[in-house]
Amino acid sequence: MLELRSITAGYERRAPVVRDASLTLAPGTSLGLLGPSGCGKSTLARVAALLHRPDAGTVTVDGQRATGWRHRAPRAQRTAIGVVFQQPRLSADPRLRLSELIAEPLRATGRRSDLTAHVGELARTVGLTGELLGRRPHEVSDGQLQRACLARALVLRPRWLVCDEMTAMLDASTTAALVAVVEEYRREHGAGLLAVGHDRVLLERWCDRTVRWTEITGAG
Amino acid sequence: MTTPAPPVPPTGPVEPVVSVEPALLARSVPPVLSVRGLGVRFRMRGGRHIAAVTDAGFDLAAGECLALVGESGCGKSVLASALLGLLPGNAQTTGSAVLDGIDLLAADERTLARTVRGRRVGLVPQSPAAHLTPVRTVRAQLEETVRELTGTRGREPHRAAEAAADRAAFPAGHLDRYPHELSGGLAQRAATALALIGDAPLLLADEPTTGLDRDLVDRTADELRRHADEGRALLLITHDLAAAERIADRVAVMYAGRIVELTDAQRFFGERGPRHPYARGLLDALPERAFTPIPGLPPELGELPAGCAFAPRCPRATDLCATTPPFTDGLACHHPRESTDESPEESPEERSDERPDESAEETVRA
Repeated sequence: MLELRSITAGYERRAPVVRDASLTLAPGTSLGLLGPSGCGKSTLARVAALLHRPDAGTVTVDGQRATGWRHRAPRAQRTAIGVVFQQPRLSADPRLRLSELIAEPLRATGRRSDLTAHVGELARTVGLTGELLGRRPHEVSDGQLQRACLARALVLRPRWLVCDEMTAMLDASTTAALVAVVEEYRREHGAGLLAVGHDRVLLERWCDRTVRWTEITGAG
Repeated sequence: MTTPAPPVPPTGPVEPVVSVEPALLARSVPPVLSVRGLGVRFRMRGGRHIAAVTDAGFDLAAGECLALVGESGCGKSVLASALLGLLPGNAQTTGSAVLDGIDLLAADERTLARTVRGRRVGLVPQSPAAHLTPVRTVRAQLEETVRELTGTRGREPHRAAEAAADRAAFPAGHLDRYPHELSGGLAQRAATALALIGDAPLLLADEPTTGLDRDLVDRTADELRRHADEGRALLLITHDLAAAERIADRVAVMYAGRIVELTDAQRFFGERGPRHPYARGLLDALPERAFTPIPGLPPELGELPAGCAFAPRCPRATDLCATTPPFTDGLACHHPRESTDESPEESPEERSDERPDESAEETVRA
């Protein structure tokens, strides 16, 4: 289970952007979280991905309560969650070739041995091949870069996926392609998904269950 | 490439706002913008060329909204840059884009700077937060633009700035704020207000709704439509098909630098649907439709396959597709889906009715 209980989080103690938000995600299920821009849903997604320390509340990943965030999170917990962000340009190191970008989590966790075979296979899954993998982010389109970012999120085979507006910058065909990759991965590995977004039609089509921001926060 | 054809001559009665296939009828009003055989190539290192736009042609009339749609990297934004004369130095253009008697592709920088940008073409930018100057208030930026465009001094810019803000539905109470103090929607309106100051006959909106949430997309689109209804021509460049469906009169689908289909928006989004397999694929990818992606990726513009660039991804491709399909009847495809495939109720008479109009269009294009 991925459980967020009574989360209050923000960037200033006195003015939290998330107040008393709770949600529970069972393994293998998917939950769409709908909210308008600026409501705090991305902050909550970051808390769920152990990337932002909440001011109050608890996050429990597979029965273990999270005590550290970002680099202080234990590796086993941190790598159990894959994250895809809204803007691929801002979440890709401009110096890395796409193949290095996808392989970075493997390097960072000292699993270089898996590297070549696994990266190539994943790249094919997300639709990137051959010459594209040798390019750097400024040489590819947003859609191609987001494909690489999704492959990066999947490379450690996480049990949980957090997709924060993964497709907001993308055209319809790329959106459908990336969602299909996520769903294929989930079928194969039984991973749970928290998809955050503002597109009701998309999330309702994509996820088993969708909730509105107001339904999970103290305000609602 | 081709010699520019004259604008469509005014013929026939004034057409109704919603008519059958207005795209294919000869227009009663001379177009605001007339693009013929527009091509943009970038010269790269080692003598390579990237064909970003090839042989694009369309007309755009006052009060009309044309949506230019396609996947990212298909050349949409390059086309917009060409119309504003903002291409980088290694770009070579062919064809013509005539606006108000000025060929935007042939005009020199002085003409573009003094008579085109802001005065004849207003740009609604993709990211208003990046378009606005962060260290100056919205009022200061509006007044500066008024002074620059009209040459007026004193109280006049003050009044004109407030009038422009009002036209873009930007609240007067927020005029003294800085861009970072505005919400995404208000920043968009501030940028639109800047685009409207020069009272340009052509509004160019380049991905105005990217990254906005649905309510804001609808509001932004509706406001752009309102500006078109006031008599401006609106070229909406977007990959957001929902926004295009909401406000466009016609839809041009671009793939790998070419316009592959140009059709009436009602037909495109309606029962009959587009005829080009790529356009069909784009629509089928929508979550409210089949939600299935088009297989594969768009080709690299530097290494376009010979013939139809969509053929490698196309379910209907045959050997014939190794030759480039000509753009006729608003379509460039060897194996289009005719509407009879899907709508048998449509009578053949209707179809034969529209043919003469289409070929009339074709002769204009040729």
